[in-house]
Amino acid sequence: MNTVVSLKDVYKSYSLRPHIRGGFKHFLLHLPKYLKEMKQDNTFTVLKGISFEVKEGETFGIIGPNGAGKSTTLALIAGVLKPDTGTIEVKGRVSALLELGAGFHPDLTGIENIILNGILLGLTKREIRQKMDEIIEFSGLGRFIYEPIRTYSGGMLARLGFSVAIHVDPQILLIDEILAVGDANFQKKCFEKIMEFKKKGVTIIFVSHGLADVERICKRVALLNDGRLIYIGKPKETIEKYLEIMGKRRNGRN
Amino acid sequence: MRKWVYYKDLILVLISKEMKVRYKNTILGFFWSIANPLCFALVFFIAFKVYMRIQIENYIIFLLSGLFPWQWFGNTVNSSPGVFIGNANLIKKVNFPRIGLPLAILGNDLVHFLLSIPVLVIFLLIYKKHPQLIIWSIGIPLLCIIQSLMVLGFSLAVSSLNLFFRDLQHLTVIITNLIFYFTPIIYAETMVPAKYRPLLLANPLSSLIISWQDLFLKNILRPSLIFVACGWAIVIFFVGYSIYKSLEPKFVEVV
Repeated sequence: MNTVVSLKDVYKSYSLRPHIRGGFKHFLLHLPKYLKEMKQDNTFTVLKGISFEVKEGETFGIIGPNGAGKSTTLALIAGVLKPDTGTIEVKGRVSALLELGAGFHPDLTGIENIILNGILLGLTKREIRQKMDEIIEFSGLGRFIYEPIRTYSGGMLARLGFSVAIHVDPQILLIDEILAVGDANFQKKCFEKIMEFKKKGVTIIFVSHGLADVERICKRVALLNDGRLIYIGKPKETIEKYLEIMGKRRNGRN
Repeated sequence: MRKWVYYKDLILVLISKEMKVRYKNTILGFFWSIANPLCFALVFFIAFKVYMRIQIENYIIFLLSGLFPWQWFGNTVNSSPGVFIGNANLIKKVNFPRIGLPLAILGNDLVHFLLSIPVLVIFLLIYKKHPQLIIWSIGIPLLCIIQSLMVLGFSLAVSSLNLFFRDLQHLTVIITNLIFYFTPIIYAETMVPAKYRPLLLANPLSSLIISWQDLFLKNILRPSLIFVACGWAIVIFFVGYSIYKSLEPKFVEVV
């Protein structure tokens, strides 16, 4: 099996950049102070040397407590963020479900938003047109698709967003905590779609707090804690480790 | 190949979104885009022609021939600070070519400028001036390309820097206002004393706006002026683009 995603010793930190809020005027007025601050290490390190590989067709889960760096890891794989040091290699078309309905505009109709969202996710107009019927069908929005989406409910918006995202025909699918959208029926439909991708050999990287989902979908799971990779292995074992950590944290606090 | 089709589609879809969202796709949208320069033309006409007796023939069409291209410049540059900030969510969550956003603003204002040309032609005909098709069909695309490059350069610089210095938008409005009065739009290039002429041409907008006036009012193009405008456009574009390129990797973290 080929490796399609590979991270080697990846570090990622965010600069706190306190000067941004003050603006240009403030910056000029307090120039010496800012220059000093810029030289100081004003960063917050999220990932502290993460390495792992995901093989083609694998379903890979990432779990860990809040702030462990899960979403940052996904954003790095998606190419939204760039690492400070270390390398990230990704082979194949990525569809990142980091956020549903990216770029949706309330005044545009469902159809117009499908085109807008599809383009931003990397499809050409022609590819979107070819999939339009399928997308509308899957969203189950019926005649509402011709209405401006400000008239939609939250669930309807999520359905539209999910529907576009999964029709991008990805080779690598990144999913961040989004299975919780829509009602039970739609969730079931999403789940089936993910299983269909899995069968087709699409590589899936899945971040979730839903341990049952992780265990059900994933073949291998990584556990992150405080920016480090603690464990990587079968879902059951990794989840046990995770619960151990959470248990320790609770005890530590009490 | 697919990559180019994708870029083209991205820009077209974003432009059409701009148009639909900003003007709700109505004929009224077109009206608003020309109402502003027409109103300013009227005010300047009253202030400078009626009250101050400025010595420029056909002052209304003189004003309009500078105000329409200026409107394009001003609109794009003044809406640039919000381009990336206004799409924070998109930039944080989706990996797409960010330059599409400022390009869409530019494209939208370019289309509105092109739509204002027929209005200008009506005014020219009223004043018994006849556009010459051949020179216009060369001049309009040529000047549009030069102005697009220049405006894009400014737009990229302002939109990128505004993420790091959030008060830049106020500064932008002030500076574009100042540049307006240093550009021969309400007065003629010939009224500027010879010793100040280098100062006039040090304003990147001057050579460009004068070229538009040449084309619209006199059906001529002066190669020397076009050359200056072109030089400015290339310099500004490269400065703007390199600012964008060097800051772009940090957008996600500061937006």
